[in-house]
Parts: sequence; C-alpha cells; structure tokens
Amino acid sequence: MADIYLDNNATTMVAPEVVQEMLPFFSEQFGNPSSMHSFGDKVGRAMKQARIQVQKLLGAEHDSEIVFTSCGTESDSTAILSALKAYPDRDEIIITAVEHPAILTLCDYLEKNEDYVVHKLRVDKQGRLDLDEYQDLLCNKTAIVSVMWANNETGTLFPVETMAEMAHAKGVLFHTDAVQAVGKIPLDLKSTKIDMLSVSGHKLHAPKGVGVLYLRRGTRFRPLLRGGHQERGRRAGTENSASIVALGKAAEMALEHLQFENTQVKAMRDRLEQGLLAAIPNAFVTGDPTNRLPNTCNIAFEYIEGEAILLMLNKMGIAASSGSACTSGSLEPSHVMMAMGIPYTAAHGTIRFSFSRYNKPEEVDQVIAVVPKIIANLRKMSPYWGENGPVADPDKAFAPTYA
Amino acid sequence: MWDYTDTVKDHFFNPRNAGAVKEANATGEVGSISCGDALRLTLKVDPDTQKITDAGFQTFGCGSAIASSSALTEIIKGKTLDEALLVTNQDIAEFLGGLPPEKMHCSVMGREALQAAIANFRGEVWQDDHEEGALVCKCFAIDAVLIEKTVRENNLSTVQDVTNYTKAGGGCSSCHEGIEDIITKVLAERGQTMDHQQPVPAVTPAKPYAMTNVQRMRRVERVIEAIRPQLQRDHGDIELVDIEGNTVYVNMIGACSGCQLEAQTLGGIQQRIVEDLGEFMKVVPAKLREQLVQIGG
Repeated sequence: MADIYLDNNATTMVAPEVVQEMLPFFSEQFGNPSSMHSFGDKVGRAMKQARIQVQKLLGAEHDSEIVFTSCGTESDSTAILSALKAYPDRDEIIITAVEHPAILTLCDYLEKNEDYVVHKLRVDKQGRLDLDEYQDLLCNKTAIVSVMWANNETGTLFPVETMAEMAHAKGVLFHTDAVQAVGKIPLDLKSTKIDMLSVSGHKLHAPKGVGVLYLRRGTRFRPLLRGGHQERGRRAGTENSASIVALGKAAEMALEHLQFENTQVKAMRDRLEQGLLAAIPNAFVTGDPTNRLPNTCNIAFEYIEGEAILLMLNKMGIAASSGSACTSGSLEPSHVMMAMGIPYTAAHGTIRFSFSRYNKPEEVDQVIAVVPKIIANLRKMSPYWGENGPVADPDKAFAPTYA
Repeated sequence: MWDYTDTVKDHFFNPRNAGAVKEANATGEVGSISCGDALRLTLKVDPDTQKITDAGFQTFGCGSAIASSSALTEIIKGKTLDEALLVTNQDIAEFLGGLPPEKMHCSVMGREALQAAIANFRGEVWQDDHEEGALVCKCFAIDAVLIEKTVRENNLSTVQDVTNYTKAGGGCSSCHEGIEDIITKVLAERGQTMDHQQPVPAVTPAKPYAMTNVQRMRRVERVIEAIRPQLQRDHGDIELVDIEGNTVYVNMIGACSGCQLEAQTLGGIQQRIVEDLGEFMKVVPAKLREQLVQIGG
C-alpha cells in the first residue's frame, strides 16, 4: 500500500507543473529583476505575471496590492506591526483565541513587552465567534483587528467579510490570516473591506519559503524590512524569484481547481468522516461541521492520546496530525481545542485529516479500514477504557495524582 | 517527528504487560490528564517474600509514555519492593536506549507510579514531590518551574547564574530569552529590574586548537622540509623564520627569491600546511613582516 498523505493543512506537495515552471529560474533565468539588462528583465516579467496570477486567485482589484514575502508568518507580522506603527495613538489589538501561533505569539509578546492591550475573542463549543462581543470591543483605540479566515485545526470558517465591514464602520483596520482559506474557497477581495490578508505558498502546492501580503491600495502601511525598492519599497530584499514564479503558477492552478476542491475533495473528506464515525464509538467531529473548509476534518477519539495514534498511523503509511500536547512537546493540548472547551480526555486524542486534490478516493477506503483497529488497540491500554467501552464515570474511576 | 530509539518503538508497538494485573494488591495512579500522560500501575506482590510477581500498566499517553510504562513493568518484575524502589527514571530511560529531552517526564511518571503503588501496598499515602513546568532548556531538559524556583531561592539575576545553578542555558544558548523572561518576572516581584547593561559575552574559540604551539611548529617544519628538495631542484630554497599565531613567516632563497611564481609557490606551500595541520595557516614572506612592523612602528 502506497503512503497516504492526509496532512495537507501542514504543507502540500509542490505540484509537478509548478516545479517545471520554477526550474528555469535556478539556471538560465538567474537575473536580478531589478537589473537594467535582459537577464533581469526576463525575471521581472515572470514575476509580473505571477503577481497577476495571485491577484486573480484573491480577486484583488490591482496587481500592485500583492506584496511577495517569505512566508505566512512574515505576512502576519508585517501586517500587525505596520498597523501599530501607522496608528501610534492606538494601543489595542483584537484577535481570536484560536489564531495560529504566527499571530498569537506575536500578540502575547506585544502585550507583555510593549504594553499593548490584546483582546482575544472567545469561541463557543463549535469554535464560533460571538459578533456582539466583537462589536463591543471595536473602538478608536483599536489599531488593528486580525482574525483568521479558516482555522487550521478544525477548518472552521470565520465571517471575516462581515467583521471587516464592522471594523471599517468604526474606522479600524482589518487583517486576516487566510493561509488555510486561499486556494480552497472562492475569494473576491475587491468586494470586501479587508485591508490586509496573509497567504502562504506551501499550503497551495507552491514551495515553502514564499508568501504574500495582500495590501489594499490606500491602506496606511509601514514596512517590516526596509532597504531596496523591491515590492515598491514595501518589502525590501532581493526577490525569491523562482518561488514567486512558482506561487503564481500554483495560484493559477488553485483557481482552476476551486470547484474540484469543493466537490470531489469535499466528497472524499465527508466519506472519510462518516466512515470513521460509523465504525468507532466515542468519537466526534470538532469545530463547526456546517461551516468549514472542504478539505479538513478533525475528529476527537476519546480516552486515548493523539501522538500514539499518529505513530500507529505512520506505521501503516498514513500521515495526519494531532492536537495533543505530546506532538508539540508542550504541556497543554491544542489551544484551539481548549478554547472550544473540549475535555482533556478528548482534546489529546484529536486527529486532523486534511485532503488535497492529489488524494485518491481509494485512499479513503484504506484509511477507514485501518483506523478503527488502531483506536481499539490503544483503548485496550487506556485506564479509561473497560471491556467494551469507557469505564463508568471515567473521571472518578481513574483520578491520577498530579505529577 | 520525535527521534525515538528502536527500543522505544518496540515497546510502543509491542507493549509488554499491558492491562491490569488480575488480583493485584498494589495500585499506583499518577500523571496529569491536562498534560496528556497518565498511568495506572498494578502489581501483584508476594506478601511473604515482598517480591513483585506480576506487573501491568494502563496508560493514557503518547508513544514514549506507553514505552516507558512497558519498560517499567519489565524492569521491576521479580524484584523485591526495596530493590524496586531503587529504580530511577534514568534507569527506565536507559532501558529504552534514551528518550528525547521533551519526553524525559514519561520516565519520571513511570518511577512515580512505582512509588505510588508500593506506598499503596504498604498502606501509606504517596505524595508527589515535584511540579513540572514548560520545558525551557532542551539541551539539559530543565523546565520553567525549576528555573523559577532556583532563581527565587538563590536571588539569581543573570542567565550565567542560572546556568551555573541548573545547567539550563549552558548548551546551544537559544533558550536565553526564555530564562531572561523568568528572571525578569522574579525580579519584578522584588521590585527590581533586570540589568540589561551586561557586556556581550566573551567569545571563546568554538574549537580549541587541537595542537600546542610546539606541536604546530614541528608539523610546519616537517611540511617545509618535505617541500625543500623540490625547490632545491629548481635552484631555490625556503627557510622557516617564525610562526606567530596562524601566520608562518618564511624566506624565499636563491632562484625562488623574486621569482615571478613566488606568490604561487607560497600558495602551494600554504595549501600543503593547511591540509597537513587541518587548521587554517597563512604563509607570508618574512620581509613583509619587517615592512609591516615598520609601518606599524
């Protein structure tokens, strides 16, 4: 059985067409796009095309609104730090409790070391926001709102278009970390009030090490990297031209496959989810199943731990990921699961399966055939599991001394 | 992915003594469900010989938690209770061929389950004696709780102090920001602030020279002696004048002196010396040194 890759929210395979497109830029097309000769000119033209390809995928009004960066994290940092510099009299930031560490860690740092006030919007058990809470926090002290478009762990979508409208009504900048959404759902930024948006190349079959910050024309902006005039002075540093060209091609292909993603890929995801839930007791979907990315499914398998599940899956050639503490070496399970109030006995056992257009329907059958046995084997070893199901009153039956 | 040893993988994929022991007369339950690792150890102890005749584990946890539990049961079976109490978490880790620093707590949990089970058999109450914090120093597996406690109890105020007391930060040094955060927090409780005016740390050569000065000089001499016959064939010669640090001063003699290929010859000699010594050395005509001294003087 060939290996099955169901961890596409972590990273994706570089599409073969994308590899072909970028190869010349490692050899004959080595010029610096800033140079005044044909070596540079050819690269400059290729980058211009890439900018237009990304513009089309995002539905941006102008190609000059696309700023190439090195990754999603750089785009996120640039957006937030720019807003703080551009609006020095405002010292509040609104984010959500379930943001990616690229936003969370930065904002925790700003709160702790630079005296900014960071408001983290809470989520309910399905990972949904309370827009009334958000409305109440928006004020003339808010420098920026940053809310992810889709959650990386559960795939749950946030109403960022509405939230951008609400921010603008109060005169507040709005940024969205859309690294999981871009290429999976249709976007039309020109018809929204979103000011800034982060993209990561490797989430949509481009290589690692390239990203985009969408910057609406007219948005007050202060660059993170100052230096040369690259990216119209908004992101200095010689361009990663091969990867930028690759991202352009990947964006074009993502746009062509959007329908496929939302029909065929979604169908594979749904079939896997239904198959696993039908075969495995004490398992449930986390997040909001009615409003999420078409490729993502996150299932909590109660009373066992995720890393152990992943090791067993890996042995069977299946790649997925988990929200358990152990997979990251931290002391708590995923902050996303904790924010949704998922109990520890389930949060540690959450497994994310994330598809791409390169998965095959037969892979779904193979995973459904393997996972129930793995879960059953691990449960046999669990102190919370009896002969044929969880022990009665599990929290009382097993109450270890804290160590 | 964690770098698990083959023994860890073996004990995870083929756990020994999984499940509860029937008619157990000792039970230890330890761990923290919030951290994601918890273990129930059941033992059957012969009341007369005090020997552990059977051991079983039930574990909620990751690969290394299950492997550590499995290893623990293998280690203690057949031991008397007093012998078993001598088992340390290091013994469990060693039995498994080592554990990643982030996973050492799994072996600690194993030892604690054992202590709890034996206390249970003896009718005592086992109390946990340590609290575990977030891992700060990955090189020496030192967590935040230990660092904070040490900083507080010993009035420490620099990263160097913390390294001296706990080893934390003494390896790759990438955790120094985290250690400074802890120091800053503890100092703030005392109404103090951290001194940020410390000088940049002194740089010590990453790899001390493998040879003493005398050894190096002899090696250089030997290389030059080996080259001389070649130069003498072309009616030239070379004389070693001095070695200072990594600079070798030589005199080019006879046909070599002033030869158009002098620079090239010196380059070749330098190459031979560098290759022989395995460290970078510069070969410079001695006359240049005199000029340099004059300019400098």
